[in-house]
Amino acid sequence: MSAITVNQKKTNSIGYTRSDKVFFFLSGVILTALLIVVSYPIIFVLSASFSSGNAVSSGKVFLWPVEFSLEGYKAVFRNPNIVRAFFNTIFYTLLGTFINVSMAMMTAYPLSRRDLKGRNILMLIFTFTMFFSGGLIPSYILVKNLRMIDTVAVMVIPGALSVYHMIVARTFIQSTIPHDLLEAASMDGCSDISYFFKILLPLSKAVIAVIALFSAVSHWNTYFSAMIYLNTRTKFPLQIILREILIMNQIDLSMVMDPELQIVLSNLADVLKYALIVVATVPILCVYPFIQKYFTKGVMLGSIKN
Amino acid sequence: MERGTQRINGRLASINGKRFARILKKDYFSRWQLYLLLFVPLAYIIIFHYIPMAGMQIAFKKYDFSLGIWGSPWVGLKNFQRFFNSYQFTSILMNTITLSFYGLFVSFPLPIMLALLLNAFPWERYKKLVQTVSYIPHFISTVVIVGMIMQVFNPRTGAIGAIYQLITGQVMRDLLASPGAFPHFYVWSGIWQEIGWNSIVYIAALSGVDAELHSAAQIDGASAFQRVLYIDFPAILPTATIMLILAAGKIMNVGFEKVFLMQNSLNIARSEVISTYVYKVGMTIGTGDFSFATAIGLFDSVINFLLLVTVNFLSKKLSDNYLW
Repeated sequence: MSAITVNQKKTNSIGYTRSDKVFFFLSGVILTALLIVVSYPIIFVLSASFSSGNAVSSGKVFLWPVEFSLEGYKAVFRNPNIVRAFFNTIFYTLLGTFINVSMAMMTAYPLSRRDLKGRNILMLIFTFTMFFSGGLIPSYILVKNLRMIDTVAVMVIPGALSVYHMIVARTFIQSTIPHDLLEAASMDGCSDISYFFKILLPLSKAVIAVIALFSAVSHWNTYFSAMIYLNTRTKFPLQIILREILIMNQIDLSMVMDPELQIVLSNLADVLKYALIVVATVPILCVYPFIQKYFTKGVMLGSIKN
Repeated sequence: MERGTQRINGRLASINGKRFARILKKDYFSRWQLYLLLFVPLAYIIIFHYIPMAGMQIAFKKYDFSLGIWGSPWVGLKNFQRFFNSYQFTSILMNTITLSFYGLFVSFPLPIMLALLLNAFPWERYKKLVQTVSYIPHFISTVVIVGMIMQVFNPRTGAIGAIYQLITGQVMRDLLASPGAFPHFYVWSGIWQEIGWNSIVYIAALSGVDAELHSAAQIDGASAFQRVLYIDFPAILPTATIMLILAAGKIMNVGFEKVFLMQNSLNIARSEVISTYVYKVGMTIGTGDFSFATAIGLFDSVINFLLLVTVNFLSKKLSDNYLW
């Protein structure tokens, strides 16, 4: 009888003691607080975007949609500026991500090879740029001299290679792709370039996915290079239009002469902003789950390599 | 040169000619292809990174559009003196340092604490939920984050404003218009956005902790909290040190994008930082004073670089963790 109780007690203690339970309770409280603080603004924005313009403007929305309506979304998709900018952003993101991934892999592979002469010097040339840069004005002068102002190229070329991504990829190649593979391939008469395309790239799917995610998020979200380098409205990405509407409050109401309609529209202004936030954020958020399985691994590799 | 020839001669003597030719061909061609792959990235890095570095010389010149970077006349340290003597110098420097130190002190330890809590928490599914939700804000763009702050804290229509009105019955004052609130908005919105994402690195480091260490400590009577303190925390110190060194290299480098978007005429006294000032001086006031703006940027870059080198040196002396 006593043996059984001892036994039970033992499994319990390997479970949790009272002080452990207090600790877990407190961490549960903290984590829940975090969960609320992080998710509340997101839920609020989502709910507001599905509410009526009137309910949003008069501050009736707290948690769930009030007077459910899609008028915010209708207003967003009726605006030709937003729709065009949306497609521009998709284009810049796809092209920019493709360039980023290609450049990172093209650099990472040779630099991962121990038999490459001058590897350390080359590595230094690349990594130094992570810690020291010419800054805004000299870069602007360069872009101007290259006649790239107001072209599509300016959105994808000046940031074509991220040295950080390259280091993540290089670490991945060095630590997961066995060196024997290269030897075996070269025995069979496989050249370095065909090894790169036929063997290395297919084996590097995980790191390619991670780099693609990083690049896509930054292309989707950046507004700075568009702000300083683009002048033509038809080339503007979504973030520039978002800035005009969300932050500079430029919704064209002056064109509407009818005062009653103006009131309706100004009521719509707030709900349009919320709908716009959702439209601008959901597409890039959707990319994440597809890449999640590769993800922790990739970031971990990057961090180990510091 | 002579030693090289000797070596090749030695190799020639030891192996027959045909095999040597094959080795030479293999070595030469394999490298040739590797350099071919590197050609475009190297050209890119030289053009888009090293040429602008050379372009920084205009900080010591009086830049003239028609004469170009190399043709403009030298003026010595005049641009730097002008910056140090300008009436905005102290306030810009103070704003920059306040934002970055405040940001560092709060946003550096919090992801570490989150990672430790998550790692120790026994309820797997809830843990996953908290983790996944905390990553979401990372994907939201700076423009949208600032837009969200402005909407949510709007005294009239925003959630916080509405709740304030519900509780107190009064209209909340516009916090975004008060200069004193600016650093808090800046830093805490950053934490809201990145705490989950920044904890990933530490969670990854914690996944390397040997589980047997925990069960052994548990049998010896260590509580969950003690195990976090004496097993998990030391395990992430190396990662944390590296992250701190990297953060030190960015102390003066308060990101342009968010500060610029959050600026308005009411909070400008507290929100003008070096990067936004460089932008304004160089690209918006009149035709832009390129030399003066570059001098400010160079001052900033040099301080950052020195900080990085110093902290790395100190860390190398005090611990085993360093970048180079």
